[in-house]
Parts: sequence; structure tokens; C-alpha cells
Amino acid sequence: MFDFLTSGQYDLLGAFWVTVQLTLYSAAGALVWGLALAGMRVSPVPLMRGFGTAYVNIVRNIPLTVLIIGCSLGLNQTLGIALGGSTFKEIGFRLAVLGLAAYTGTFVCEAIRSGINTVPVGQAEAARALGLSFFQVLTLIVLPQAFRAVIAPLANVLIALTKNTTVAAAIGVAEAALLMKEMIENEADALYAVFGVIALGFVLLTLPTGLLLGWVAKRVAVKR
Amino acid sequence: MTSVLYDAPGPKAKARNLLYTAVFLVVLGLGLWWVLAKMAEKNQLDADKWTPFVEDANIWTTFLLPGLGETLKAGLIAMVIALPLGALFGMGRLSDHAWVRIPVGVVVEFFRAIPVLILMVFGSALFVGAVSSDIRPLYAAITGLVLYNASVIAEIVRAGIESLPRGQTDAAKAIGMRKGQTMVYVLIPQAVTAMLPALVSQLVVILKDTALAGALLGYGDLLSMNRQISANYSNTIPTLVVIALLYVLVNFALTTFASWMEGRLRKSKKGTGAVVAGDVAEVDAGGAVGVGKAP
Repeated sequence: MFDFLTSGQYDLLGAFWVTVQLTLYSAAGALVWGLALAGMRVSPVPLMRGFGTAYVNIVRNIPLTVLIIGCSLGLNQTLGIALGGSTFKEIGFRLAVLGLAAYTGTFVCEAIRSGINTVPVGQAEAARALGLSFFQVLTLIVLPQAFRAVIAPLANVLIALTKNTTVAAAIGVAEAALLMKEMIENEADALYAVFGVIALGFVLLTLPTGLLLGWVAKRVAVKR
Repeated sequence: MTSVLYDAPGPKAKARNLLYTAVFLVVLGLGLWWVLAKMAEKNQLDADKWTPFVEDANIWTTFLLPGLGETLKAGLIAMVIALPLGALFGMGRLSDHAWVRIPVGVVVEFFRAIPVLILMVFGSALFVGAVSSDIRPLYAAITGLVLYNASVIAEIVRAGIESLPRGQTDAAKAIGMRKGQTMVYVLIPQAVTAMLPALVSQLVVILKDTALAGALLGYGDLLSMNRQISANYSNTIPTLVVIALLYVLVNFALTTFASWMEGRLRKSKKGTGAVVAGDVAEVDAGGAVGVGKAP
């Protein structure tokens, strides 16, 4: 039943390694982009607030699949943007990371914004009374406290991102979902075994992330 | 968000904000100009690529509206099946009997940890031979969506019931209600009002996830129309933009409805005023992660 694992025909670990890489690169991108968006949404400049709000509300409502396929068909095949990749594999991977980061950034932004709202108003008032500028208030006083409050929501975003990386299969990135599709086509009689192995892989990826970050969130939370 | 982080601007701050606005406008303009230039270079701005959406009714009646219909169909069927199933699972997780609570908990946690696409691909293979191949993508999509979203809804239901004050259960006990009665007459009616916004948000997640079946399983939904339209009119980017806009419009209508309802529920005397956070559940395209209480 599990012959397909030992036959050497499928690179299971390789596929999950691509999933992990997709997750890590997209998470880094989404964190930076989400922070920038959150900064814009709370900034004193109305135009930036408007841009942040519009971006979050629009991109969040577009299916991730549409974004990733848009990156592939629109950016790459129509406009010829390759993000510096040269092989088909490289280009697909980078486009998938771009789509995932653009999408996940909106959720990171919303998580951080809700964290900013948990910081008592007096903190920012005191900081302003000391003469700190908006940027200093945000980076020195508010964000460090907000971050400690949003580790649990961010962990949820990270877990969702891990699962969302499967969407990259839509543009042919050789990660776990695409491998599963291939294995099911070839090993029709071992359907449950194939599903079980792939499912186990995702449980092994998401469960420790949730437990570890949940523990960290409890330890660093600001007791109010 | 009130202006917690900055004071009402004085003359100096006003001038500075104006400067930032100008700089941001320039950056935004440069970005937009770059995109438009790139598109013009590849002839994506030509009028004949965009006008079909306004002038040619066929593009709507043959492709876009039927596609949207399929998307809504898959989403609604999945919601209608997942809702009672999820409610059942949610109550099962709160059961006093370990032999109910633990297996249900394992099932819910398992399906919540797996990407919806994986469940769809599994569903697709499951129905080979049993269902004719033209309707199999719909079955596969619904299987994946139901398994996944029933587990998420189970968590929403659990959080909804747990959001009620302990006193409700105590009071029901005090007047001699059994556990089942407490659940049916006291807890669930109140929890439903707290859960509704989160459930509507979940519908948005389901609608967005149907796009997976369009892209990977050959389901004829809104996204899959992109291939057919651009084959006929060779306008990839305009088509993708229009399709994305349609998704945004439908989902925006749903989220607006959800937040309107949340506002109403908070004001109404019937509920406890508790509202289960829907935004956190909405995290996914392929996977929400449950209903964390706001930190």
C-alpha cells in the first residue's frame, strides 16, 4: 500500500521542502509589507491611510488563486516580468512568493493594527509629551508592545500561509499539492495512503508552529 | 482608530503632512506610470482589449455571469451542508462525554490543519467512477469545502457558546433544565446572534476558495472563464482585472452585510452583545485557523 513511498519515483521530502521555502520567503515578505501597510493605516497623512485601507480591502477580497494566476499569466507571460528568475522553476517560485506576500500582507496589517489598538492611549500620549515624533512613538513605544500582543494572531496568519502555499500548484510550482495530484493520478489504488501521507505532512508543519508560537505568545503577552 | 498616535496637527505638522502627501503621491504616480507603461508596451491598454466588457454583451452572458453563477452555486451548496455539520461538530466538542468530545475534537483539528486544495484533490479522486466526469469537479469542490469549513464552523460555534456568561448555564440548571434543554433553549439561540457575523465572513472564505476548483480541477467557475475569454479576445490582463473586480464586489457586499449585522447585534437587546471575531477566521484563502479571541 505504501509502495509509492519507497519506489523512489516521488520526491516527497523535496516537495515539502519547497512548501517550507515558499512559506518562509512569503512570511518574510508579508511581514515587511504588512508592517508598512499598518504604518500607513495609522499614519497622520490622509492619503497614506486611504491607500492602506483601499489596498487591504481590495486585495483581501480577491481569491489568492486569482492573484497567483494573475502573477503568472499577467505579470510573467503577458508583461514579461520574471523577477530575476531564469528557469521556469525559479520564475514560478518567485511569482508565487510575490502573490502570497501581497495577499498575506493584508492579514498581517490587520493583525498588527488590532495589536496597536490594545496599547493604552496613555502610552502614546506620554510619548508625545516627551516630544517624540509620530515615527518614534510608533517604532519605540507602540509597536514593541503591540507585537507582543499579536504573536497569537500572527501565528494564525503563518499557519494559514503554510496551507495557502498549496495554491502555488496552480502555476506549476512543484510543492506538496502538485506532487499529491501526480501521485493520485499514478497510484489510483493507494488513494487513502497518498492522502494520509500528504495530510500528515501538513499536520507536522502546522501543529508545532501553532504550539510553539502559542507558548511564546503566552510568555511575552503584556499583562494588563 | 482615533488619533492615538499623533496630536491634532498644528501649522508645522500640517505643512509636513502636506509634504508627505506630495512625496507619497509622486511615489504612487511613478508606480502607476511604470505599470501603465509596461502594459502599453505589450498592447494591453489598447481599446479593443477593454471595450468588449462594455460593448459586447456576449462576454457577460456566455462567460462571466454563468461563471459567477457556478461560483455562487458551489459556495452556497458548501455552506448549506457545512453549517449543520459544523454546528453538530461544535456541540460535540462541548459534550460532557469524553467518547464524543475526543473523536470529534480529533476530526475537527485534523481537517482544520489540512489545506482545502488537498481535500479537494482527494475528493476529486474519491468520486472517480462514482460520479460522471462533467459534474465531478463540483462534487470535489464541495467535498473539500465542506470538510474544511465544517471544522472551522465547529470552532466558531464552540467559541460562540463559550462566549456566553457562565450564569446562563447555572440559571438553566437552577430551574431544573437538563443539559440538552439548556443547549437548545438557552445557549444556542443566544450564541447564534454572536456567531452570525463570523459565519457570513466564512461564506466569503468559501466563495474565494471555489477559485481553487476552477484553477486546478476544471470546475467552470468565474476564474476558469479567464482562459476562455482571453482565448476569444486575447486580453489576458483586462479579463483578470474584471474577474478580480467581480470577486471584490461580491465579497465586499457580503462583508458589508456582515459588519452591518454585527452593528445591529451589538445594539439589540436580545443577544449578550458578544460577537465572535470573524476577521481572524477569515484569514484563509486556503485555510482559516480558527477563532482566536481578540488579544
